[in-house]
Amino acid sequence: MKEKKKSTGGLGNYFKRMKTATKVDYATYVGVILAFIVVTICQSQGLLNRSMTGMLVPICCYVCMAVSLNLTVGVLGELSLGHAGFMSVGVFSGIITSMSLQSTISSELLRLVIALVVGAIFAAIVGFIVGVPVLRLRGDYLAIVTLAFGEIIKDIINCLLVGYDEKGLHIALNIDGKKTIQSLGLSEDGFAIIKGAQGAAGNERIATFTAGFVLVMITLIVVLNLMRSRTGRAIMSIRDNRIAAESVGINVTKYKLIAFVTSAALAGAAGALFGLNYSSVTAAQFDFNTSILVLVYVVLGGLGNIWGSVVATVVLYVLPEALRGMDQLRMLVYAIVLILVMLATNNPVLQGFMDRIGEKFKRQPRKAAAQKGGASHE
Amino acid sequence: MEFLSYLINGISMGSIYAIIALGYTMVYGIAKMLNFAHGDVIMVGGYVSFYATSYATAQLLGEDPSAMAVGMATLVSVLLAMLVCTVLGVIIEGLAYRPLRQAGSLAVLITAIGVSYFLQNAAQLLFGANPKNFTPVVGGQLTFFDGQLRISYVALLTVVACVVIMVGLTVFTGQSKMGKAMRACSEDKGAAQLMGINVNRTISMTFAIGSALAAIAGVLLCSYSPVLKPTTGSMPGIKAFTAAVFGGIGSIPGAFLGGLLLGIIEAIAQAYISTQLSNAILFAVLIVVLLVKPSGLLGKYVPEKV
Repeated sequence: MKEKKKSTGGLGNYFKRMKTATKVDYATYVGVILAFIVVTICQSQGLLNRSMTGMLVPICCYVCMAVSLNLTVGVLGELSLGHAGFMSVGVFSGIITSMSLQSTISSELLRLVIALVVGAIFAAIVGFIVGVPVLRLRGDYLAIVTLAFGEIIKDIINCLLVGYDEKGLHIALNIDGKKTIQSLGLSEDGFAIIKGAQGAAGNERIATFTAGFVLVMITLIVVLNLMRSRTGRAIMSIRDNRIAAESVGINVTKYKLIAFVTSAALAGAAGALFGLNYSSVTAAQFDFNTSILVLVYVVLGGLGNIWGSVVATVVLYVLPEALRGMDQLRMLVYAIVLILVMLATNNPVLQGFMDRIGEKFKRQPRKAAAQKGGASHE
Repeated sequence: MEFLSYLINGISMGSIYAIIALGYTMVYGIAKMLNFAHGDVIMVGGYVSFYATSYATAQLLGEDPSAMAVGMATLVSVLLAMLVCTVLGVIIEGLAYRPLRQAGSLAVLITAIGVSYFLQNAAQLLFGANPKNFTPVVGGQLTFFDGQLRISYVALLTVVACVVIMVGLTVFTGQSKMGKAMRACSEDKGAAQLMGINVNRTISMTFAIGSALAAIAGVLLCSYSPVLKPTTGSMPGIKAFTAAVFGGIGSIPGAFLGGLLLGIIEAIAQAYISTQLSNAILFAVLIVVLLVKPSGLLGKYVPEKV
C-alpha cells in the first residue's frame, strides 16, 4: 500500500504527507541557504558596500545567539537575561585558543573550527555550572539570577590577564587592580592575549561569512532536531505544565539542563566566531544590554518560532544601520518601532483581524480539496 | 574607624538603592511587571532637578544669595523633578503598558525595554551625551573623632529620606483607602474589580508613586556621585532591582532591607576585597541567598497549586 502511493504520488505526495512542522523546518533551511547564495553572489558582483560586508559575520553570530536563546526562552519557557555571558565565554576562550595555536597550526580554517569547538565546550561547562543551581528557581527569580551570572562573567573576564609564550599559557586574575600584563612573567617571544579591562586586542580576523553560514546551519539543525525529538517534546511539556510533566515521569531537572546547556554551547560557538571577526574585543561589550538585544530578537520573532528568530535578527540588526541616515534620531526611532510593534502584535482587534485573514488563506485550499474529492467520488 | 566609615558609605548608598527598589517592588507587586524603564525615570529626575537648579542660580537668585533662598530653590527643583517624573510615569503606563494588560509578561518586558531605550536616547538628544556636573543638594559634612570619621549631610539626608519614605509607604498601603485598593489589586485584579475598585486608576497611582520616588532617588544619587549622563540610571536601576528581589519582590520592608544590605555588601567588598569585582561579589551573594531562600529574604513563599 505504502509503496503504491509512493510510486503514483511521487514528490508532490511526499510533501503533502509531511507534517506542517517538518515543512516549516525544511523551508527554514532552504531560506537560509538561498539567502546565503544570494548574498554571496551579490558580494562577488561587488553590489555590497563596505558596511554591509562588515555586518555579515555579526549577523550570522546574532542569528545563532537568537536561535539558541529561543531554545531557553521559547522552547523551555524560562526567561534568561544572561545569554551574552555565554557569548562572552565563547569569545574569549575562542580567542585564546586561536592565538595560542597560531604557531602550531598554520591552517586558518582548522584553527577557526577548533576555536569554535573550544568556545562551545567552555560555554557549555559554564552553562552547566550556572544551570544546576539556577534552574531550581522559577519565573522572575530565575531571570534575575541569569542576569546576575551574566554580570559576574563580565566582571571576572574584565579582571583576566592571559598571555602566551613557548612554555604555554599564563593566566592571572587581577583582583586588587594592581597587576599588569608584566606580572605574568612572559618570555621575550611571548605575547599578551587578554589584558584585563582593555580586552583582547591585536587578534587575527579569521572568521569568514561562509563559516558564519555553516554555524547558522549547524545551529538550526541542532535546535530544530532537538525540538522535534523525544527530548524536545519532554522539554516543551515542562514549559506547558511542569507539574503535569513531572507526574508522567519526566525528569524536569535533566531536560531543563539539556536545553540550557545546548543553548549555552551554541551561544559559545557564536561568540567564538564573533570574537575572531574583530581585531579587538572587550568584556564590557557583552553586558546586560547585549542579552536584552538578543532577547528582543527572540520575542519579536516569536517564542518557540525558529525561523521567526532568524528573520527578526536580520531585520532588527540591519534596521539601525538602515536608519543611519537619520543620524541621532535612529536609536529613538528604533525604540519607538520596538514599542509600536509590541503594542500592535498584542492588540486584540488587530490579532482578530490577522486571524481572520489567516483563516481565509487556510480555508480556500481545503475547500478546493473537498470539492475535488467530491468530484472524484461522483 | 575605617570600617565604620565604609559602613556609613554603604548604608547611605544602600538607602538610595532602597528608595529605587521601593518603586520597583510596588510596581511589581501590583502590576506584576518588571518595569525596566524605572532606572531611566531616575535619570530624568536628575536632569530636571539639575536644569531647575542651574536656571534658579543663573536667573532668579542674585549675586550673593542667602542660604534660605538657595535652600528654597533646591527644594522647588526637587519638587519639580518629582512632578515631572510622576506625570512621565503615568503617561508611560497609560501609553505603553495599559494596552498590554492582557498580554504575556514577556511582551510587557520588551515594551519596558523599548521605553527605557526611548528615554535614554531622548535624553541624549535633549541634554547631550556629555556628562553634567551635578551640585549636591546639601553640601558640607559632620566630623567626628578629629576628622577620622566624616559623614556628609547628603548621606544623612539620604538615610532619613529613605526611612521616612519606607514608613510612609507602609502606612499608606496599610491604612489608606487607595493603599487597600492597591493590596487588593495585587492579590486578585478580577475580584478587586468586582468589589468596585478601579483597577486602571490604582495601577496609574502606583506608577505615579513609584516615579515620584524615582525622582527623589535621582536627586540623591546625583548628589552622591555628581555625574549626570543619559545612562546614569541604568546600573543603579539594575542593582535596585536585584535589591528588590533580594528582599523579596512585592514586599515593602523587603525592598528596604534588600537595598540597605546590597549597599553595605557593595561598600565592604569595594573596600576589602576588590573594586573591580565588587559587582560580581554583590551578585554572587544575591545568588546564594536566592538558592537558600528562593522567594527572597522577606518574600512570601507561594506554593504551586495543581
